Amino acid sequence: MITLTLKELPSVPLEAEVLSPDVTAGLSNDAIRALPVYLGKRQRRIDDFFDVDGSSSDQITIQGDAARVKWIGRAMTRGHIRITGNTGMHLGAYMSGGTIEVSGNGADWVGAEMSGGLIRIDGNAGGQIGAAYRGSSTGMRDGTILIGGSAGLEVGMRMKRGVIAIGGPVRDFAGLQMKGGTIILASGAELRTGAWMMRGTIISLRPLPLMPTFAYAATYLPDVLRIYAAYLRGLGFTLPFDQQQGAYQRYTGDTSVPGKGEILIWNPRGA
Amino acid sequence: MARELRGVEIVDTYAEAFDMRVSRVIITAATEGWARTAAVSMTGFATSVIGCKVEAGIEAMLPASDTPDGRPGASVLVFAFNAEGLGSRLVERVGQTVLTCATTACFDGLPDVSERVQVGGVLRHFGDKLQSSKFLDGRRYWRVPVMEGEFLVEESFGTQPAIGGGNLLILARDQSAALTAAEAAVAAMRQVRGIILPFPGGIVRAGSKVGAKRYKSMTASTNEAYCPTVRGRVGIASELPATVNSVLEIVIDGVDRAAMEEAMRVGLDAACRPDVVQITAGNYGGKLGTHLFRLHDLL
Repeated sequence: MITLTLKELPSVPLEAEVLSPDVTAGLSNDAIRALPVYLGKRQRRIDDFFDVDGSSSDQITIQGDAARVKWIGRAMTRGHIRITGNTGMHLGAYMSGGTIEVSGNGADWVGAEMSGGLIRIDGNAGGQIGAAYRGSSTGMRDGTILIGGSAGLEVGMRMKRGVIAIGGPVRDFAGLQMKGGTIILASGAELRTGAWMMRGTIISLRPLPLMPTFAYAATYLPDVLRIYAAYLRGLGFTLPFDQQQGAYQRYTGDTSVPGKGEILIWNPRGA
Repeated sequence: MARELRGVEIVDTYAEAFDMRVSRVIITAATEGWARTAAVSMTGFATSVIGCKVEAGIEAMLPASDTPDGRPGASVLVFAFNAEGLGSRLVERVGQTVLTCATTACFDGLPDVSERVQVGGVLRHFGDKLQSSKFLDGRRYWRVPVMEGEFLVEESFGTQPAIGGGNLLILARDQSAALTAAEAAVAAMRQVRGIILPFPGGIVRAGSKVGAKRYKSMTASTNEAYCPTVRGRVGIASELPATVNSVLEIVIDGVDRAAMEEAMRVGLDAACRPDVVQITAGNYGGKLGTHLFRLHDLL
């Protein structure tokens, strides 16, 4: 395992897309120390900011407050990154495989346009999780993102496949222009959830303020959620699925597009 | 050279089996009863690939902990001669017997197999463009709206090489002894995973030979060499010892040779009961099948 310990919080955001198992695997520690990073417009070396220890591996541990370190795990295809602390924007953007785990908070654009792999953040995250970059037609194409805390705007914007599960409250426009995939909101969301969604599923375990362009369909237990419940259980995330506990209210929309998406809202028995 | 097991002669011969393709279908439902109902319906009229285009049976009933959606289920094995035919039969059978059965869902039981046949990907059209799909962990599921709610079916099913037509012939002094021995063999063989016994109750009373001697259009006809009631007629080369008055056969299809051998081994052992005279196996002189199972190797 390779361990990188941040010496101090950079004064401005540090762009460090070389912090990826695809780059570091097979490199000596000296070679890793010499990898380029960008502090503003200036090219610097990894060891200007990190102490590098350990041996060649596709397992990377990053220690320290990396809240201003951006693009960690960019386009990674394999391996494991463990961040003990916070992380900066664009974590795991474009990744297609491997796992990233963060014990602290994330920032905006976590897993943007990713196509595979797993990102797990124990704390809060920012907006545009799994989203499409501006000007891009499609966001997250596959993979899983788990956020333990809260999240910001436009979660899952234009996502096509994959799963985003968020434990804390989420801000406006979750699932904006969603094309497919699944967003799970354990603590609900603020306004305009599912706006302009074409396809896909948004599951909320708390009541949601729905737009009038979503139509009520039925209250039931979709069998497909059993598959999701089993999958998420293996990742430590609970999706209720017990007839004795309640059922899901299904709303379809966004009919203003018109879309074939669905919002499922958990309705506990007796509520 | 013949050998004996508990007084039953085990003939020095072999069962001759053929290459087939298999898919495993996992049916789940709200209760084990409904899962079984769907599985029994799906495996009906699937005794012989000659007449039914497919051979199918229930491999095992599954506890909720062993199914993809955490509900009670049944594992069904479906055999055909090629992947194309298997795909067509799966669409027909899942469409008519599982899609229509209350509370069921249908999953691929060979998810790691690369060769696939479309099942849900075809059945989705029943949804008349109101269906939707979900893609999770590399597998696509179709949600077809039905009056009860939704029918969930996996898009494609794996199909892999398999073996069909393994068999045991139980030759007994009378019908009762043959049936008792065959029932005991079936009970033992059904404990083995990876095999099915496609005939009613797992037992065949009407073993067949290829073609017919007297009707040229027949693809299969009665195996007169093992029919006691025509013994002694002119032109009949009976294979039956003088004391044998009833014969029952057990046909086995398996996902691989190991499963076939284990099933035949436990079945042969269980069938060696009082008043069973001989246990033998059907073959074509090794000319047709590529898989030979010598009975003495199973002892």
